[in-house]
Amino acid sequence: MYKVTIGLEVHCEVKTNSKNFSSARNTYSEYPNENIDTTDLGLPGILPVANKEAFKKSLKMALALNCKTPDVVMFDRKNYYYPDLPKGYQITQETKPVGVNGYVMINVNGEDKKILINNIHLEEDTASLDHFGTYSLIDYNRAGVPLLETVTEPCMHSVEEALTFLETLKGIFLYTDVSEARTDRGQMRCDVNISLMEEDAKELGTKVEMKNINSFNNVKLAIEYEIKRQTEILKSGGKVLQETRRFDDEDLKTYPMRSKVDAVDYKYYIEPNIPPIKITDEWIEEIKSEIPMLQFERVEKYMKDYGLSRYDSDIIVKDKNVSDYFEETISLGVNPKSSANFITSIILGYLNKHELSITDFYLTPQMLCDLIKMVDSGKISSKQSKEVFFKCLEENKEPGVVVKELGITQVTDDKTIRDIVVKLLDERPDLIEDHRKGKNTFDYFVGQVMKETRGKANPGITANIIREEMEKR
Amino acid sequence: MKTIMDLRKDLDEKKVTSDELFNEAIDKAHKYQEEFNSFVTIMDKKEENESNSLISGIPYALKDNFSTKGILTTASSNILKDYVPVYDSTAYKKLKDAGAVLVGKTVLDELAMGGTGTTGHTGIVRNPWDKNREIGGSSAGSAASVALGIVPFSIGSDTGDSIRKPAAFGGVVGFKPTYGRISRYGLFAFASSLDHVGCFARCVRDAAIVTDILKGQDERDMTSLPDEDIKYTDVIDNDIKGKKLFYIKEITDKTLYKDAGEETLEILDKFKETVEECKKLGFIVEEVSFDEKLLKAIYPSYMTISSSEATSNNSNLTGIPFGPRGEGGSINEIMFDARTKGFSELIKRRFILGSYILQRENQERLFKNAGRLRHLIVDKMNELYKTYDAMILPASGGVAPKFDNEIDRMSDRYLILENHMAIGNFGGFPSITIPNGFVNGMPIGINITGRVFEDALTLNIANKIEEALGYKGLIKEEYDV
Repeated sequence: MYKVTIGLEVHCEVKTNSKNFSSARNTYSEYPNENIDTTDLGLPGILPVANKEAFKKSLKMALALNCKTPDVVMFDRKNYYYPDLPKGYQITQETKPVGVNGYVMINVNGEDKKILINNIHLEEDTASLDHFGTYSLIDYNRAGVPLLETVTEPCMHSVEEALTFLETLKGIFLYTDVSEARTDRGQMRCDVNISLMEEDAKELGTKVEMKNINSFNNVKLAIEYEIKRQTEILKSGGKVLQETRRFDDEDLKTYPMRSKVDAVDYKYYIEPNIPPIKITDEWIEEIKSEIPMLQFERVEKYMKDYGLSRYDSDIIVKDKNVSDYFEETISLGVNPKSSANFITSIILGYLNKHELSITDFYLTPQMLCDLIKMVDSGKISSKQSKEVFFKCLEENKEPGVVVKELGITQVTDDKTIRDIVVKLLDERPDLIEDHRKGKNTFDYFVGQVMKETRGKANPGITANIIREEMEKR
Repeated sequence: MKTIMDLRKDLDEKKVTSDELFNEAIDKAHKYQEEFNSFVTIMDKKEENESNSLISGIPYALKDNFSTKGILTTASSNILKDYVPVYDSTAYKKLKDAGAVLVGKTVLDELAMGGTGTTGHTGIVRNPWDKNREIGGSSAGSAASVALGIVPFSIGSDTGDSIRKPAAFGGVVGFKPTYGRISRYGLFAFASSLDHVGCFARCVRDAAIVTDILKGQDERDMTSLPDEDIKYTDVIDNDIKGKKLFYIKEITDKTLYKDAGEETLEILDKFKETVEECKKLGFIVEEVSFDEKLLKAIYPSYMTISSSEATSNNSNLTGIPFGPRGEGGSINEIMFDARTKGFSELIKRRFILGSYILQRENQERLFKNAGRLRHLIVDKMNELYKTYDAMILPASGGVAPKFDNEIDRMSDRYLILENHMAIGNFGGFPSITIPNGFVNGMPIGINITGRVFEDALTLNIANKIEEALGYKGLIKEEYDV
């Protein structure tokens, strides 16, 4: 077995109104070449105008990843020829990225791990090419869309670590509202660097880079394939070539693209058309204050302060809106475990089934709070609470109203239940006898009480009364 | 020859209509086109945009590297020979909004690279004062169209001295203001950190009028400067008594030019006469010493920086989104073919140079060192500007060269004297060339370069000197040399 080392370069489109350096709209479009202007086409004479929203959001991400931020925002040119790059150069950040030397905490199988971030920089996306038999078409919608590239150190050593990092990073993009991070729209793409070495080796093995992998599952498959391929080479005494490879998502294999000798010299130099923009301390403070508590910390808090399981906590923090919803119910005084149970066992299933976001959900945290409190106080049973829940959503009515309308308030009145119990015990003295001999006839009486009250009797109170009355006899 | 203010008066007094001015300009443009080749495009229709600005109704010419919506814009290169822009440059838009009337788009050295006016794809531009001589470049047609009296003013771009050198050779005024004073949006980029928009005119006042129209912050150009609360025309007559000028000993001292011809010596004499004239006007003029090593570094640094930026800036010319499509089996072959056919030899040479300079292994030694030299030169200038208000120097070491000189190779003999005006681009300093009389029947110029942001004072100084010298509105057919 060899030790695997993985580094990732994750590209993620930043959510902004307009593109990074032009006023064309930055929005997903089904129609090609709809969101373009002269700058995006690289027409002669155009000049870039840096989008403040884009670099503010980039700084936000840099801070969320615990990076050091520079004194100024500035850009560089990366020069190369390709039809998807209309200007013949990409505006990116080489000299002063928006963030360097950061880290992200992840949890893999219950163990915390620190993933080191080398740098995070803002650049512009390229146009997209559609290849047909004898020709290709260019869609410039994507050209100039702000793109944040997060570069990790080679510090991950398994597929699980890489995928957990990607999931966590995606979560941070969503939590900070920097990106929608949708892989299905190509908003998040990944380059994977991977090398293998002997367990006790001091230096990393030869690095192979895989470019532009467009889904987390493909990242997994590509890494697994490369581990297998490189292991076989090393086992048979061969040498892994330093090269860039392409992952084919049809046959799930990787293929050579170019070797190290063909590496492109991008001739980076400072973009002369964008003067450096000073980053003030006030700015940084303002941006910092906009970063919410992130998943990793929330999970720790839920486990420690609320006594939730890691499993439930992970489910709740997966979507920030769900997590915020959960926290709001707690602030309204609901028992955290009851709230977590309701959310994970009922609400998320409902949202999933109806393809709803919790932000479009009728039941507000206050309503959930009312519902859970009715259960906790014994007013309705937990079984009834589900019925009420669905009725609320069906008819857009508040829980209190539904409970009243359905008349499903629990019978908690001591005398009513006691009368029924006395009557039932009178009818079946044989079962009381059986009970004394150690046979369980207790549940029969509970069931009968429920039957008589059409399920409205409070189970706890009922059990107590049966126990009391049996003892009297 | 009439200035903008003369024409304004005629228009306001209804002695002439703007249609008549336009037709007269068009007629002259056609008349001189075959002989002097100022234009790539001569307009066949007048743009109708009146305003109450000083230049409303007045004809002008625009260098063919400014984007003009719906009007062919070639940058005098084959790779753009059929390119019709879809948007207006800010400079053109401002002129249009001010009611100025476009007469034509003028020939330049291909992609504004070069200083001879001989490399445009539609042929060489000739000097109105002597057809056998260059007008200089790269804003060749813009200089010639004013020098020929076709238009009272024209627009050019200046990366090394592309306005100020041809202005000297053509006997007209050429001004480029502080970097960022006029938006570069829509100017086809040559070297973005050095590119300036500026103008040619028959007198300093006209240059001030045109600059007043063109200047101002542009949200499309992040390097454009905030608006000033000042009109240059209001201040160019200010008193200049006690203002301090300097000239550089290492450039102007005749004893340094032992092997030089009569022409150069005469130019230096003329310069010294003008210096004396300035003193009479009340200026304090002093000679200063400037490290010759730094002065010698101007030209190589300029070539290093400008070629590098040019390589990158012109990487959009691949024939893919626009321009003539190349042929070939792969995308690289297609781009390669378009660029091979689209650029002249000289351009390719600059691109290869630029590409070499930007290579990772050469950047530090070449590109970054050139940048450091640029800084040293600018620092030295700024130090001098603590004492002095402006620098005054001869614009060139000779009159306009004859065509038999080798192309795109600036003279080694007068390396510094010929190329010092790039200092204005290095520091973004406002810089103006005005006529300084004649040598051998050809016009010569002096250059005044002021402190950064002090366009007003620079124009003020130039205006006062121009008044004293009396070389104003020179055109050959009216001026008996």
